Amino acid sequence: MLEEIEMREIDEDRARCHNTRAGMIEALKIVQRRRGWISDDVLYELSAHLGVPPGELDSVATFYNLIFRKPVGRHRILICDSVTCWVMGEEDLKRRLSEKLGIAPGETTRDGRFTLVPNACLGVCDRAPAIMIDDDLHTGLTPAQLDAILGRYE
Amino acid sequence: MAIIYIENKPYQAPEGKNLLNACLSLGFNIPYFCWHPALGSVGACRQCAVKKYRDESDTRGQIVMSCMEQVAGGLRISIDDPEVREFRASIIEWLMANHPHDCPVCDEGGECHLQDMTVMAGHAYRRYRFKKRTYANQELGPFINHEMNRCIQCYRCVRFYRDYAGGRDLEVFSAHDHVYFGRHDHGTLESEFSGNLAEVCPTGVFTDKTLKKHYTRKWDLQSAASVCVHCGLGCNTLVAERYGSVRRILSRYNGAVNGYFLCDRGRFGYEFLSSAKRIRRAAKRNSASGAMEPADKKIILRSIKEIIAGGRVIGIGSPRASVESNFALRRLVGPDNFYSGMSAAEEELTALSIRIMKSGCASFPSLRETEKADAVFVLGEDVTNTAPMLALALRQSVKNRAAASLKKNRIPEWDNGSLCVIKDEEPGPLFVASLLPTRLDDAATRIFRGSPTQIARLGQAVAHAVNENLPAVSGLEQAVAKLAEEIARELTEASAPLVVSGAGCLSGPVMEAAANIAAALAAVNPRAGLFLALPESNSFGLGLLSGKPLDQAFQRAEKGEVRAAIILENDLYRRSEKKRVDRFREQCRHVIVLDFIDTATAAKAEIILPTAPFAEADGTLVNNEGRGQRFYRVMDPEEDCRPGWRMLAEIMEYAGIGDAGQWTTIDDIIAGLCAEEPELQGMREIAPPAEFRIYGQRVPRQPHRYSGRTAMKAHEDIHEHKPALDFDSPLTFSMEGFRSGPPPSLIPFYWSAGWNSVHALNKFQAEIGGPLRGGDPGIRMVGSSHKNFEYFKPAPVTPTPGGREYLLVPYFRIFGSEELSVLSPSIAGRIPGNLLLMNESDAKRIGAGNGSLVRVAVADAGASLAVKIDPGIPEGVAGYPAGMPGVEFMNLPAWGAITEGG
Repeated sequence: MLEEIEMREIDEDRARCHNTRAGMIEALKIVQRRRGWISDDVLYELSAHLGVPPGELDSVATFYNLIFRKPVGRHRILICDSVTCWVMGEEDLKRRLSEKLGIAPGETTRDGRFTLVPNACLGVCDRAPAIMIDDDLHTGLTPAQLDAILGRYE
Repeated sequence: MAIIYIENKPYQAPEGKNLLNACLSLGFNIPYFCWHPALGSVGACRQCAVKKYRDESDTRGQIVMSCMEQVAGGLRISIDDPEVREFRASIIEWLMANHPHDCPVCDEGGECHLQDMTVMAGHAYRRYRFKKRTYANQELGPFINHEMNRCIQCYRCVRFYRDYAGGRDLEVFSAHDHVYFGRHDHGTLESEFSGNLAEVCPTGVFTDKTLKKHYTRKWDLQSAASVCVHCGLGCNTLVAERYGSVRRILSRYNGAVNGYFLCDRGRFGYEFLSSAKRIRRAAKRNSASGAMEPADKKIILRSIKEIIAGGRVIGIGSPRASVESNFALRRLVGPDNFYSGMSAAEEELTALSIRIMKSGCASFPSLRETEKADAVFVLGEDVTNTAPMLALALRQSVKNRAAASLKKNRIPEWDNGSLCVIKDEEPGPLFVASLLPTRLDDAATRIFRGSPTQIARLGQAVAHAVNENLPAVSGLEQAVAKLAEEIARELTEASAPLVVSGAGCLSGPVMEAAANIAAALAAVNPRAGLFLALPESNSFGLGLLSGKPLDQAFQRAEKGEVRAAIILENDLYRRSEKKRVDRFREQCRHVIVLDFIDTATAAKAEIILPTAPFAEADGTLVNNEGRGQRFYRVMDPEEDCRPGWRMLAEIMEYAGIGDAGQWTTIDDIIAGLCAEEPELQGMREIAPPAEFRIYGQRVPRQPHRYSGRTAMKAHEDIHEHKPALDFDSPLTFSMEGFRSGPPPSLIPFYWSAGWNSVHALNKFQAEIGGPLRGGDPGIRMVGSSHKNFEYFKPAPVTPTPGGREYLLVPYFRIFGSEELSVLSPSIAGRIPGNLLLMNESDAKRIGAGNGSLVRVAVADAGASLAVKIDPGIPEGVAGYPAGMPGVEFMNLPAWGAITEGG
């Protein structure tokens, strides 16, 4: 069930938007912030609340790789695979992360702690390679630094 | 016109038009995917690249997408430049990376735009050796098959379904290389225009599921031009046959009627042709046992001769029979004994509509022209369910305001990406006044719901607001008066206002109000148009033959003046109350039914003669705008079946009536018709006569690659069968004949060198998206060169009866209300139940809820129906599922009682 507070936030945001379509992304983000991901049930409820067909909402939800349509871990690791990060050693970093967590990109660790998501660009090419865990940016990384960083996220 | 240079040669092209369109119109071949003439340009697929040069001295040039370039004087381009050729070849190679190698088992194979473009772009060998991405397919209902692996991400499907047709249950999901086109979940595609996906999709993702049931490659199909029989709009179709059964229907482009598309009823209704309800043998009732028994046609003709000799014979025609068949019946029984066979309301509204058109009160746009209207008022018609393709056209009209605003900002009208961004923000005015909720409500600016009287009053108020000399409507509610002012203002300010009405609410005053508004607008704006929908494929054509109303036939029978009735392709139980038809049957000693389906009327006949439906007959249908259009048989009728007119001519010859013995071809009948009805001279011009030849040759119905014809009947006879002969048209049942460029009315299929898909049509058009080369087929039979229109007086308000009476109004469904298409299994799968639509409080009052059975009773008829509560229904009104299978005829709208319990 959508909560009162979610609906209020969505409606406030919708009032600022040009039209309902424009409000869909923000509505998905609002719901995801509290629940971590968008389940089918939530998608149907949200579509009813916004008055758009579920397909239209899901079309938006599935387009953005930061709207999650599957359950994700407590912490989301975004690893930047843009050209600059790739040149600066993104592949080593990714390999190391995968080994350490025992998951491939797009997967969640069995303990539900981490989800690894590739990302097209984190916008910090000057400090490549970069990853982002939840809202924290970690830049200029070497594989050796990963242990310490991951340790901070329980 | 501007001069543009292609490979340094000058050509004329329309300024401001899209360059890809212009090049194709000039006959050049440029591959494309995301572009479609009706859908405009988005520049997404990058396939239509050409090189553009700054000026004569520029040798390097720049690669541009031709679909996103505007034609301007002095534009220099190259299509053949090696670099741009390589670019195009690499684009298609990339689009094909994930495309499976399944052409041999793909339904699109042999008529696939992707195959054509691959060959055209020069990508002959595949180099991609890696794993291809695959998808799960969806079950999309009875019409469309889904095979996502073949997708090349051109986005045409969603652009058609969502942006063009207003559907909301087909979407694109995900991103990157795993984009998915489908529904949110398995389930039937809801849009009434979903079948067009089979033609819009450039490859085999969306294909015709009914074709799959009896699949045949395009090159093995024998085809002919036809006209849709499932509503009054007369959309043009291509009917395709193999081994004596019709395999599918495609849209036949007509720049003035249906353009590129068809509705699903028109596309999939054809399956009725193979229905178990088809009548194929002549039969006679055994007087002793009372059972129908097949009989030799000669014996039957002899019986008919005797019946006719006995005198007092009347003929009852039909709005689903061709002009020729109705005329032949009229000739057989004589004009005094010829009855149209329409229901009283249909009869009245058809006559009214013809009268209005003849009066020249406004302009009468073609179906396609209605797309160009920039303010629309619909009175009393649920167009999606009664004239579906009109709904598709009106959905385009609401974009014209946004298009005008693009133009102001110098953005071309074909820039569909821009249009889609703003179309929902500046929707054009569309007002819908209807009895019940309509499928077009979601596109409407404002909706008015009321009884026919209230709709007519609103209409008269609008007419008064347009022209204050017209009588004001007294006692109007303030909100309604305000709405009338608003509608009038929008219509007056528009450059091409359009008023739409028809027989949809079976009310004359509503149609009259529509005519008044259109006339008032036309007095100051010659572009003001009126479009009147009629219910059946030949309602208008029958209306021109001045048959008498069915009621008069019943009255004559009542007086004992009818000994025998010949009923042509008509089920009277759909036209009048059961009681009255039963009584009529009892009063006629002999009833002879000519039909191709077994109806309730045929079941009570003494003699049945099987006629041939559209795929097996030639004839003319006149659509709602008075356009006479010829349909051709795609195969010879089997067994005893004959076209109605030929069967009637045989009867006349046998019975020695008139000069009918000389009626051997359809041209003879048309000549006979023109002699009796000078007004219908246009009939001669609709299509070339049977003896028409091109360089001495006929036009073949079979394509050049038609296979197996020497062995098609090898199970019966090892010798090749002689092809059937055709004395009625210049077409032949053969591969031999003249291929390129037959006159438009004769085109049996679209095919051109290098263009095997439906896009071969490009080569048949004078300008892509414009009229066919040689002009769009069909002749408007009713001219309105002079004005003699007198404004209709507002109808008096009928008092509301007291007590527990409800206003019963008809509602129609695209899948369910039309007699023939409901016999098609795919359509049958879409028919909603026979439900009485009611408002919640009304239902409560009689103690009914969703699904509970109630008894409906009006003056002469009654029915038991399940209730469906619909919040859009006004209080005191109930919607009756008129014409649905198993639903009894009621003369509606009428006041009636609804009581709980069946």
